Amino acid sequence: MSTISTRLRGRHDRNLWFLIFVGPFVLGLVVFVYVPILWSIWLSFFDAYNTVTPTNFVGLSNYLDMLRDSSFRSSLLTFVVFALFIVPTTFVASLGLALLVNRARFAKTFFRSVFFLPTACSYVVASLIWKLSIFSGVRFGLMNTVLGWFGIEPVAWLSVTQPPWYWLVIVTARMWLQAGFYMILFLAGLQRIAPSLYEAAAIDGATGWKVLRFISLPQLRATSTAVLLLLLINAFQAFDEFYNLLSSSGQYPPYARPPLVYLYYAALGQGQDFGHGSAGAVILTLLIALVALGQGRFLGLGRKED
Amino acid sequence: MAVVQRSRADKTGSVLRYVVLGIGALFFLLPFYLLVRNGLSTEQDITSPTWKLFPTSLQWSNITDLFSDPAVPMLRSLVNSLVIAVVQTIGVLIISGLAGYGLARIPFRYADAVFYFIVATLLIPAAVTFVPSFVLVSSLGWVSTLRGLIIPGLFQAFATFLFRQYFLNFPRELEEAAALDGTAYWGTFWRIVVPNSKGFIAAIATITFIGSWNAFLWPLVIAPDQSAWTVQIALSTFLTAQTIDLPQLFIAATIAILPLVVMFVFLQRWIVEGVERSGISE
Repeated sequence: MSTISTRLRGRHDRNLWFLIFVGPFVLGLVVFVYVPILWSIWLSFFDAYNTVTPTNFVGLSNYLDMLRDSSFRSSLLTFVVFALFIVPTTFVASLGLALLVNRARFAKTFFRSVFFLPTACSYVVASLIWKLSIFSGVRFGLMNTVLGWFGIEPVAWLSVTQPPWYWLVIVTARMWLQAGFYMILFLAGLQRIAPSLYEAAAIDGATGWKVLRFISLPQLRATSTAVLLLLLINAFQAFDEFYNLLSSSGQYPPYARPPLVYLYYAALGQGQDFGHGSAGAVILTLLIALVALGQGRFLGLGRKED
Repeated sequence: MAVVQRSRADKTGSVLRYVVLGIGALFFLLPFYLLVRNGLSTEQDITSPTWKLFPTSLQWSNITDLFSDPAVPMLRSLVNSLVIAVVQTIGVLIISGLAGYGLARIPFRYADAVFYFIVATLLIPAAVTFVPSFVLVSSLGWVSTLRGLIIPGLFQAFATFLFRQYFLNFPRELEEAAALDGTAYWGTFWRIVVPNSKGFIAAIATITFIGSWNAFLWPLVIAPDQSAWTVQIALSTFLTAQTIDLPQLFIAATIAILPLVVMFVFLQRWIVEGVERSGISE
């Protein structure tokens, strides 16, 4: 008995067990996350075309080149425009779906499943449906067929920049894919609201809109903060649908190139320019960190809920 | 009187709600329908000048044509995706499960520091690290290998974080009973904690499997050779190619999402529960 308890309580053994449980994971993080990042920061100070063991130190010039590069800057602008479209629309859509599904009396699980189902679909498959079936630029595309019923000429959705119809394609594809997931987060938040609050409101004679305005929305504040933060982070990482919707035969149009697509072509395209690519990745990481911190501040993340 | 009025308003509200839900559901299901419809149509049906809701005839032969076409490495890509997703899911469950339990339960002087180190990884936008990760993995000689596709994805900070949060709330009484039996951490974990956490493990497994199966950027970067293509890369290549066999592409995409949709329908209950328990929106 005493040997067992010493074995369980012995400090030396506990440290060993901690190492056995947590060690493999931490080692993996160091090798596959932290080493690459440090290596990348190192590469960003060198001329590193096609090589990962560079010799020509160039100081900060890669960083200056990237900041001067108008296409890198325009990729940041593309992100801002994309975020301005996608964050509010998905927020409203997923909140709306959650409120509707939450108050459904029958077939609740069915509707929840239907709206959640696109989460299982990949961006590649969604891009394929959007590009070749719904927003196909030809006359027989679904959208152009619908427009045809109203006597509107076919629109070349993905190949015109004036007006930029491709935004509609990109934003709706992502909305379809992610709205259901955020709906689940809102549903979880709605379920945590105490029924007594609604009962009190009903006794006071509050109806639909007022209940939403004074009970549901304030109670969902923490959820809303998390959703906004996740939406923004995910928007920053946009790659799959931009790449699949807009590139064709190895070509990518210069417009609508978000940061990751830009970095992909800069660092891993023909030139294999790891120096500039790494500098771009470092700048991007710093920007994301800044935005995340700013947003956390603005939304009062970590502040105690009252 | 007031009661009657409210219930009438309630009824119209309820009907209206179902109309909106119904229309919404149709819009959400439409893309899935288009995928299957196009996959089972002829090229003429898809490109017909008048849009068709139903194909004139169901072309089941599209499936056999797809797998017998030597130019399309569909079977190989599906097998690659399956191997990657299964190995990554099992690996993440073991590695993150152990780490999460260790962080939640084993007292260690620097446990807090280790935890903050892991949380810091969450703040690093994963996709931005693809350039440095490519540099590392290519210098290991892992380009276009299953190793290169699988191993870097085994260490998921988010999964570890979720496991830790979950194990913190695991009822201690169960573990204490085991500890009295003289079972050490290792035995307690495998014999008591794991069997009693099946629902949460299923949730993490489903989320990891979906993420792995649908991954695009990393396979695109690390698997330029056809032999290492995943199903997403194969689809993307044909999607952006010059000449496209439409029915074949759509049937390939249908086959690509089928395993996930089936899995999802059966396991989504666990994901919903996992999301609720993760405390992500608390």
